[in-house]
Amino acid sequence: MKMTINRRAALAMLGSAPLLGAMPRLARAAGEIKVLNWQGYGTDEKWATEAFEKATGIKVVHDYFNSEQEMLTKLRTSPGAYDVVLINNIYVMDAAKEGLIQPLDTAKLSNFGDLAPALRDSDRFVQDGKHYASAWVWGLTSFAYNFEKITDKIDTIEALWNPAYAGKVGMRDDAMEAIQFGALATGQDINNPADMAKIKDKLMALKPQLKTFWSSEDEWNKLFAAGDYLVAVYWSGSASRSRKAMKLPVQFVVPKEGAIGWFDGLAVAANAPNPDGALAFINYMIDPSFYIPWDTNVGAPASANLKAMAGLPEDALNRAVLGDAEVVKRVQWMAPVTDQQRQAQQELWDEVKTSFAQ
Amino acid sequence: MPGAEKHLRVTFLVAPAYLWLALTVFLPLAVMLFFSFLTAVPVGAREATLTLQHYVSFFTKKIYWYNALRSLELATYVTLACVVLGYPVAVILTRMITGRAREAIFLMIILPFWTNALVRTFSWTMVLRGPFDIIFTYPAIVIGLVHAYLPYAVLTIYVSLQAIDERLIEAARALGASKRQAFMRVMLPLSLPGVLAGVFLIFIPVTGSFMEPRILGGKDAIMLGPIIESQFTATFNWPLGAALSFMMLAIILLMLALGYPLLQRHMER
Repeated sequence: MKMTINRRAALAMLGSAPLLGAMPRLARAAGEIKVLNWQGYGTDEKWATEAFEKATGIKVVHDYFNSEQEMLTKLRTSPGAYDVVLINNIYVMDAAKEGLIQPLDTAKLSNFGDLAPALRDSDRFVQDGKHYASAWVWGLTSFAYNFEKITDKIDTIEALWNPAYAGKVGMRDDAMEAIQFGALATGQDINNPADMAKIKDKLMALKPQLKTFWSSEDEWNKLFAAGDYLVAVYWSGSASRSRKAMKLPVQFVVPKEGAIGWFDGLAVAANAPNPDGALAFINYMIDPSFYIPWDTNVGAPASANLKAMAGLPEDALNRAVLGDAEVVKRVQWMAPVTDQQRQAQQELWDEVKTSFAQ
Repeated sequence: MPGAEKHLRVTFLVAPAYLWLALTVFLPLAVMLFFSFLTAVPVGAREATLTLQHYVSFFTKKIYWYNALRSLELATYVTLACVVLGYPVAVILTRMITGRAREAIFLMIILPFWTNALVRTFSWTMVLRGPFDIIFTYPAIVIGLVHAYLPYAVLTIYVSLQAIDERLIEAARALGASKRQAFMRVMLPLSLPGVLAGVFLIFIPVTGSFMEPRILGGKDAIMLGPIIESQFTATFNWPLGAALSFMMLAIILLMLALGYPLLQRHMER
């Protein structure tokens, strides 16, 4: 007796298990997408997800990562959990090769044609004619100066080495970024510099110039406001926020020697439960109706969508500086690095910092 | 059987604490020790093999051994300053102040412990501007660390001073010793165990400090501590970071082993 009940119960459970598994999945597919991104990086703006849900009936749910490695780990360990994922361009091809993301059906993205071709069709995103991510936003790492204290217009990276600003220069304690600056200043390719010794010497020459290192946008603002920095390495998106929200006299410079560029894409995860919802969301993310309020009210990197950029107020940093084709020509785009390269860069940077302390 | 029963009871009572210690201290340390002999962190598609290269790097690459020396130098300054500043405070506390006043002063000494270390360090970035303007210099690091570790010196020295029999000093004075002699020959030697406890409690963590140098030190911030930190946060090279940590541990243990016989002789005298 006991035995039959058990067996019957077991059979019933076996029979219903697939159904139970499939039910919430079907229910989800109808009206929900899950996005994997950095926290506070556009996709989770409340006004935007509400507007998207109102227009499409699709609810946007978020999960976050704190490093690119964590993002890749989450995609590896939870297939089928995510629909849309933000990927820095240098990781897209790795993720595609590992089968973590799927090619996009670009025909379903009505805004795709408005994206800047240089970003949209970059070989970081495209393989065998298939797009694995849609270009979304981009920005620059360069430097900014205090335009109240420095009245001459600065157009060269040599400003960081200018004795007039000795003891008033700031940079980030980041090996890769420091070496990229050294490469720009010595006229080399930021991703494959031929003469590392030259870069090392150039960086060591910063010793009398440097005040201190900064590590966050908030810290940068404080040091700049306190007058510790006259000239400091900075990010374009942060520079526009410092000027707009913090009212600091910050002038961002894209020097004639060039600047470091990065761009992020939005991809659809390999086993996305709701690929159509994912595409609809990506299309909204690259739409001017999302981007313009994002940059104007909150502050954002530059959009990959040319129409969105053209719709910004004329004095917006993203339009005035980054929207200039001549500026974009000077940008060197960051390429992927191996663990070994990263380690070599860290060692060189530690040698430079040791020389600062001697 | 009462002996055996007692033994069993003690084992039962002590076991959880040891188990906890083993799980929270020795297990992570053992994992890190194992990592320090690997070529890479064994996650994802990374292939890891056994190697000694990270330990070799410590000796062959100047950035590592030289900055280890810088860390030891910093720890020496901080420890010395803590003892020199802490000793008189402990003496005053034991011999001149009693009752409520002593409690109030204790509270003031321990207060820095109750504030978050990061907040404390950032508050120094404001204070060290002003008229002195030594923010982002080597002295700023020393000041920040002395402030953080001074309570250890005061408390350990206070405890050993408290244990000294007052009559010993009175006897020395009665037998003709000057105040200075009574201090040098009686009080100081008797309080040495407290001083040493303070020295260990301060010296060891300061050699590994990375947050204070980074925030207060500006260009002088580089030490072994910040280098180890960047192996974990910037380059994903845990094996190297672990090996550098264990090298520092080995240096400190070696210093203890060499110094111990000397100290023992001194304290027995």
